[in-house]
Amino acid sequence: MKLTLRVWRQKNAGADGAMSTYEVDGISPDMSFLEMLDTLNEELIVKGEDPVAFDHDCREGICGACSLVINGDAHGPERTTSCQLHMRSFQDGDTIDVEPWRAAAFPVVKDLVVDRSAFDRIIQAGGYITAPTGAAPEAHATPVPKPDADFAFEHAECIGCGACVAACPNGSAMLFTSAKVNHLNVLPQGSPERETRVLDMVDQMDAEGFGGCTLTGECATACPKGIPLPSIAAMNKEWLRAQRRVARR
Amino acid sequence: MAPTVISMALATRPDKDTAPGKAPGKRPSPARSGMRPSLVRSVWDSTIGKKTVMAVSGLIMLGYLVAHMIGNLKIFFGPEDINEYAHWLRTMGEPVLHYEWALWLVRIVLVAAVVLHAVSAYQLSRRDIKARPAKYVHKRKRASYATRTMRWGGIILALFIVWHLLDLTTGTVHPGEFEHLHPYQNIIDTFSTWYSNVIYIVAVVAVGLHVRHGFWSAAQTLGAGNARRDKVLKATANALALVLTLGFVSVPVAVMTGVVS
Ligand code: HEM
Ligand code: FES
Repeated sequence: MKLTLRVWRQKNAGADGAMSTYEVDGISPDMSFLEMLDTLNEELIVKGEDPVAFDHDCREGICGACSLVINGDAHGPERTTSCQLHMRSFQDGDTIDVEPWRAAAFPVVKDLVVDRSAFDRIIQAGGYITAPTGAAPEAHATPVPKPDADFAFEHAECIGCGACVAACPNGSAMLFTSAKVNHLNVLPQGSPERETRVLDMVDQMDAEGFGGCTLTGECATACPKGIPLPSIAAMNKEWLRAQRRVARR
Repeated sequence: MAPTVISMALATRPDKDTAPGKAPGKRPSPARSGMRPSLVRSVWDSTIGKKTVMAVSGLIMLGYLVAHMIGNLKIFFGPEDINEYAHWLRTMGEPVLHYEWALWLVRIVLVAAVVLHAVSAYQLSRRDIKARPAKYVHKRKRASYATRTMRWGGIILALFIVWHLLDLTTGTVHPGEFEHLHPYQNIIDTFSTWYSNVIYIVAVVAVGLHVRHGFWSAAQTLGAGNARRDKVLKATANALALVLTLGFVSVPVAVMTGVVS
């Protein structure tokens, strides 16, 4: 396959960026999108140019590092991560636009790499259980009803890639935060800190400068792990409940 | 004992972690410490809280709109029917309440709802725009029409509310001989001008679109939405939007076509 790439190039956080055009040839439809970018980078290095910086780690769709907006879609046209997107989703001769996540809370570090440490700080605000964990406990020690376990698991699938923020016209982190809140709040292990968790995490989310939710649903459409839109309603419910409870204390 | 922290994303700029006021370790947890602000403060200062204010005020206005639309339909039963209804609106609650007290109560609640709704909408919209300063170079169509028109639709509605009150409540911009407590004739005079028809029909379509996204959206904000209920909520939103639009639009159409004269 022969492709024309238009890639966002930006030297550093302070510099102005722009789209640069590159031609790549000899791309196999079996390559992943990141392997296609590797091919481009090899050529750039040979020519003595600066290779395109992009985040990646596991390359198997589980770590949440990769983060490309491809033709206007977070992670491109398929419901998967950029690393699991294959070139067979494109046609020979296509022009493909590649941009970084866009949000005030995710500033560009270089080219396609953005700083997502705002997510870490949301997790640090309450996305954990304050208990000595030690070795894995016996699985039946704490019974969890099946529907709750399923609900927790569905939300635990979030890999924190930030596609939801990138896709949201308001740069909102509601889907990410709701996945983390719901995952722990429904489980018996997470329930003692149920109120403080949701209040503190939402507080941190707002402090990071993410936008509010207008229920456009772009986040859930973009999510490579299929975190559903009603997760946000579920977190709103938790938040309202926590407000009432904490106010009564 | 230190809490277990799962690192989700790459902390590519660790210097920012130590920025004052950003790192949660250095900010006292408002929920845990006794430094929690009042309920009103913490609701108003939060994006979720402000959205809750929008949802509640929106639903109050929606309830009023349904009643208002039903009241308007009385025009199809002749002048006595609707004029008497206008009179009843002022005497409702009597003898417990004095003349027009109940009506003023409704007006106060509605003004509060409109102001809270508009202020929240303005503040949240400003925040949303700031949170996404750079646009994507590659454009594509996003979200449904009703969703994308909430802000413009809301502004149209705000302007319409002012015009509508000046037209049929105070009579200030009324095209005919405005007569207090004679809505039948006043309505016919209003819809005898082409511009009033345009203004009212545009506003009513805007209401329909706003309610279509707004009702479902309010259910999500208030935590009533879930996967099982989604179809029912969407269908209710569509039905409400359709009934309100048709009900309201029937009056100018009836006057224009001479069904009511
Ligand atoms: C003063 C004029 C108005 C303005 C400026 C306005 C603006 C807005 C905006 C910007 C939103 C948020 C949209 C979004 O989240 O995508 C909204 C939501 C909403 N509006 Fe309005 N609107 C106005 C009048 C009305 C009226 C007359 C009603 C009555 C039917 C109404 C009912 C709602 C409802 C129920 C919501 C949903 C709240 C939520 O998402 O929780 N609005 N409005
Ligand atoms: S590189 Fe790990 S999810 Fe894509």
